[in-house]
Amino acid sequence: MTLEAITFWALGALLLASALMVVLTKNLFHSVLYLALSLTVTAGIFLALDAEFLAAVQLLLYAGGVVTIVVFAIVVTERLVGARITQTSRHIVTGLVVSGALLVAVLGFLRGVPLPVERPPLGVDVTRTIGQVLLTEFVLPFELLAVLLLVGLLGRLYFARPEE
Amino acid sequence: MGLGAYLTLAAVLFAIGLFGVITRRNTIGILLGIELMLNAVNINLVAFARFNADVVGMIFTLFTISITVAEVALGLAITILVFRIRRTVVADHLDLLKG
Repeated sequence: MTLEAITFWALGALLLASALMVVLTKNLFHSVLYLALSLTVTAGIFLALDAEFLAAVQLLLYAGGVVTIVVFAIVVTERLVGARITQTSRHIVTGLVVSGALLVAVLGFLRGVPLPVERPPLGVDVTRTIGQVLLTEFVLPFELLAVLLLVGLLGRLYFARPEE
Repeated sequence: MGLGAYLTLAAVLFAIGLFGVITRRNTIGILLGIELMLNAVNINLVAFARFNADVVGMIFTLFTISITVAEVALGLAITILVFRIRRTVVADHLDLLKG
């Protein structure tokens, strides 16, 4: 086995195991911690796919930002209710059937189409190219993204305002 | 590892996330499932970008990551607001819009 294959299998196994723990564990707080693990491992998979910049963004925004917000939300709601929120699951059979059917459909489709096995050489510095293309060809979506983040911030402030 | 291996990994991850969204009763738990599903989509995008040697796919991933973060923050703000009013985060009890 090549180093790349070993990396893929190790990261993949860790990713799927932590994702399963996210949806199966009873304690909501543990669930968030496993989500942080799976998001970090995803950054590792981005690294394996030669996307260093995206791995850094993934770590900063997801593993850093999202997990912190979710932990805050849990702490706030638990403090308000004054008790631990237990997390129960329902419709387990329905969930298994629906997600299993989707998985079988997607895997069946993947089996039917020819997919490249070899990676073509990139030839350029990915991070440098991302920066250049982002501020030339995609500058309008980039600025719209800034507007979206501003609107999101205003929306959160509106929700978080003290009640009159 | 070929493109198929990465797509299979993402498909399994997406199915796990979907399972979480369907089975969780807690709103925050449902949001975590949605996170997993979006993560699977990001893996797909980056894998396709790498195996086509096209950076544009990675830029698209950059946009999806940023928008997802905004979405999660807003979703949690709504969750906390709903909790302040209804004192529950169980999705089955949030039936205010039920006709």
